Amino acid sequence: MHETVGAPAGDKPGEKPGEKTINPPANLRLGIPREVFPGERRVAITPGNVEKFKKLGFEVAVQSEAGLAAGFDDAEYVKAGALIVPEAKALLSSADVVLKVRAPSPGEIAMLKAGAFLVSFVMPAQNPELLKQLAGAKVSTLALDAIPRTTRAQKMDVLSSMANLAGYRAVVEAAAAFSRPFTGQITAAGKMPPAKIMIIGAGVAGLAAIGAGRALGAIVRAFDTRPEVKDQITSMGAEFLELNFHEDGTGEGGYAKVMSPEFIKAEMELFANQAKEVDIIITTALIPGIKAPVLITAAMVESMRRGSVIVDMAAEQGGNCELTRPGQVAVVHGVSIIGFTDLASRMASQASQLLGNNMYNLIESMCGKPKDEVKAFHIDLEDDIVRPALVTHGSDVTWPPPKKPVPAGVDKPAPKATVAAATSAPHAAKSKSGHGAKSGPAKGSKVAVFWLIASGILWWLGTVAPAEFLNHLTVFILACFIGWQVVWNVSPALHTPLMSVTNAISGIIVVGAMLQISGPVEHISTWLSAVAVLVATINISGGFLVTQRMLKMFRR
Amino acid sequence: MPQTILTVSYLLASMLFILSLGGLSTQETARRGNLYGAVGILIAVIVTSLSPVVKDFSLLMPAVLIGTIIGAMLAARVAMTSMPELVAVLHSFVGLSAVLVGIGNFLQAPHGVVGAVGGAVGAASTGAVSDVHASAFSAMTVIHDVEIFIGVFIGAVTLTGSIMAFGKLRGSISGNPLMLPGRHWLNLGMVAAALWLGFLFVESAATGVDPFAEMFAFEVAPGLVPLLVMTAIACVIGVHMVMAIGGADMPVVVSMLNSYSGWAAAAAGFMLANDLLIVTGALVGSSGAILSYIMCRAMNRSFISVILGGFGTGGGKPAASAAAKGPVGEVISVEAAEVAEMLESSKSVIFVPGYGMAVAQAQHPIREITDILRKKGVNVRFAIHPVAGRLPGHMNVLLAEANVPYDIVFEMDEINDDFPDTDVVIVVGANDVVNPAAQTDESSPIFGMPVLEVWKAKTCVVLKRGMASGYAGVDNPLFYNSNTRMLFGDAKKSIDSVLRALSNP
Repeated sequence: MHETVGAPAGDKPGEKPGEKTINPPANLRLGIPREVFPGERRVAITPGNVEKFKKLGFEVAVQSEAGLAAGFDDAEYVKAGALIVPEAKALLSSADVVLKVRAPSPGEIAMLKAGAFLVSFVMPAQNPELLKQLAGAKVSTLALDAIPRTTRAQKMDVLSSMANLAGYRAVVEAAAAFSRPFTGQITAAGKMPPAKIMIIGAGVAGLAAIGAGRALGAIVRAFDTRPEVKDQITSMGAEFLELNFHEDGTGEGGYAKVMSPEFIKAEMELFANQAKEVDIIITTALIPGIKAPVLITAAMVESMRRGSVIVDMAAEQGGNCELTRPGQVAVVHGVSIIGFTDLASRMASQASQLLGNNMYNLIESMCGKPKDEVKAFHIDLEDDIVRPALVTHGSDVTWPPPKKPVPAGVDKPAPKATVAAATSAPHAAKSKSGHGAKSGPAKGSKVAVFWLIASGILWWLGTVAPAEFLNHLTVFILACFIGWQVVWNVSPALHTPLMSVTNAISGIIVVGAMLQISGPVEHISTWLSAVAVLVATINISGGFLVTQRMLKMFRR
Repeated sequence: MPQTILTVSYLLASMLFILSLGGLSTQETARRGNLYGAVGILIAVIVTSLSPVVKDFSLLMPAVLIGTIIGAMLAARVAMTSMPELVAVLHSFVGLSAVLVGIGNFLQAPHGVVGAVGGAVGAASTGAVSDVHASAFSAMTVIHDVEIFIGVFIGAVTLTGSIMAFGKLRGSISGNPLMLPGRHWLNLGMVAAALWLGFLFVESAATGVDPFAEMFAFEVAPGLVPLLVMTAIACVIGVHMVMAIGGADMPVVVSMLNSYSGWAAAAAGFMLANDLLIVTGALVGSSGAILSYIMCRAMNRSFISVILGGFGTGGGKPAASAAAKGPVGEVISVEAAEVAEMLESSKSVIFVPGYGMAVAQAQHPIREITDILRKKGVNVRFAIHPVAGRLPGHMNVLLAEANVPYDIVFEMDEINDDFPDTDVVIVVGANDVVNPAAQTDESSPIFGMPVLEVWKAKTCVVLKRGMASGYAGVDNPLFYNSNTRMLFGDAKKSIDSVLRALSNP
């Protein structure tokens, strides 16, 4: 059934003693366990993905009821061609590749077979213990959350796909907890003021929250330490909160970095002022690898109006609000502080679909290039997506990845905005250098040679040519310069009218013909001139009239 | 009318011409610019006809009248899609005038007059002519002869080159480049021959001894034979040069011929010692030169390489190299109804028209789609690549004809950064100008050519008849992108069915 396979996956080094030579995907079993983390509703892949995985040559085994909470029952998986395995133990111990959402529990790790390949969220920086356990179990682990945010990796960027949903959900949760509508109205029964939302951090989640908040009719303001996201914020319809303090907070991988104490002080003042004014605060501030920064203090919460809502999207990493209780809604001074850590999971069906597609794209990219004859699944340590995300390999912990010098501009880890900047920057540089490619000393000497030759020719003309000719030459050269200057200003949209107008003007040669038309009628030159006058006039009237006709069509 | 009045009138006309070109810098002032040009020429013609040199109106008046009427008819009848042909044929008229004026001038004075007298009397010997000339011989006459020669040469090249361009644009001559073996040597040989004839011409005109003249039984002005032979050779050069250039390089060819017609007028100005002609010729010449330069830069090719021709001719060769690389993925085709749906659910749409739109006459239904979408609040814009079409600015004129407002039509540099924020891009009959290989594939023949970055949009719909490659013969990886949808079929029919789907949901 899977006919193409059978070639060795050469670079799957030593972790599978005895079977490292031949590794056809047909023999590889993909295992999808049911998530055991409390409250987790998502599933790693959906029935829709099963068929695609099977096309890659995998055998897909799904634990019974793995997709139920996300709205996919076993029958659907079976219909798509998956095998249903009732017990987690049987599933995990037989799977070569395990796709999961949450990081595995110690119990799950114990069930995994040695040499298995695991894909899931890991948060390697926060969970060094977990990495050790995985390495101890000889499981190679790819952390979904450590996939570099490069252009090529966009289609497997689970952080973006989840953050997008979570940002939307954060607004929905806030709206549910808030005691007023978001949109402003003036009714016969009185005025409803629009809700004011402040969003801290305009990453994928922040931008999604802006969009959702605006769509519900709220006034949205957003703050970010990275100045380049200002355009994105305003393009989503939010107001960018300016800080009278200049420091670029752009860190690696499109995240923000830790800011200076002075900056943080100014920032906190801004938040304190805003807290008194706004109804909803949604915080999304995360700095990779460390605990989330505390941005909303207890005092700020106290200063907010009763009935206000704070959604802390950084709850899982400790929270941006001092009073956040991860996973719960805390009500302090009448302010609801929502610390849900499962915002994306609350939209499990959509989240699973996105996740499944991300997973598929990842695994597919690990099955060789489309053109390769061998489509064998293998771990390519040279791959610039796989290597940074591979946190354990065999019995080694391979986190953090070795720093690779990033070639400037190319695939610079960055979110959308910086990607655009990065790709346009070398472009701009190129288009400039396209002109100035011969710049530098070579160009300088060329210019010198040009002027030398030009002045030489002029000198020679000055010595031999009669004065009358030189007068005409002066007029000619100056007219060339004027033409050069004037025509450069012509709008490219008008190039066709320009051509027809210059063409009509060049019919001025009629003057030359007229000067010769008054000779004797029997002389040939008179007749030549008459014909010249005729065609030149066709040119003049045709040229001007057609230009006029063309220009009339241009309308604003 | 005194000479001084003539001079200041010419000065006024020159100023009007400069203002005319200046007026074309924006759409608002363009019509005024055109008017300035027309007034300038009117002044020049009237003043010239009042000058003492013009004594006889019996030929002049009919010629001017007939010419004006023919021109007006041409201008009123021409379809906007045929603008390139009209411009080309008008260029050939300037070339013809330059040739006629040059030869006429040569025949008229000073040797011309002598020749005429000789012809009338029927007895003047070459010896007598030679004597007259020996006294008149000076640097000025040599320069004058050189001026005639150059004017006629450029005029003849412009004449036949424009006729060829006309034929190619009209389709009556194949758009494929004609590649004669050793064509560069052929050109070089013809130019060398023309130079040699030029030398003979100046010499025999100066000395009155024409080695060729003795071959004829009747009286021939000395130097006339070399001049006419050279004219014939220049005509062949014009034909050969344009024949070797492919259809899609026509924007460069037409603007080059525009430039030549200017230089021909300037040469005539030198010949007649007329500053107005010199100024006008220089203006037109440099304008055409700039346009050629802009077009070449937009294709990332040197002027020389375009003029020498032959680009994309080895049809087999680039295709083979593309085939070796293989297609990059799958082509996803869509139906018109799906495109309509995409357009309806989008916030911003950019149309990228190419020559295919002009051929299919699809600009009118495109404008109707634009109207429908704009009424729904969709931000619709047009992106024009500098070399789209067969004439610089050709697409702008076609869109203007279809009543597309010019403030939603943008140049490549203005709009290229906006593609990432665009929901749907519709490419109508353009290929090479949207080829991402120009930026990524160093082995591609069009590498380095600035292109419209349509692949950065969320979805890119390409209207195309089939999977044939563009003019450059390069495979276009855009078609295989995951966010590209192909709508196969004739551009007009496809656009019409999208329009139908949009208007009857």
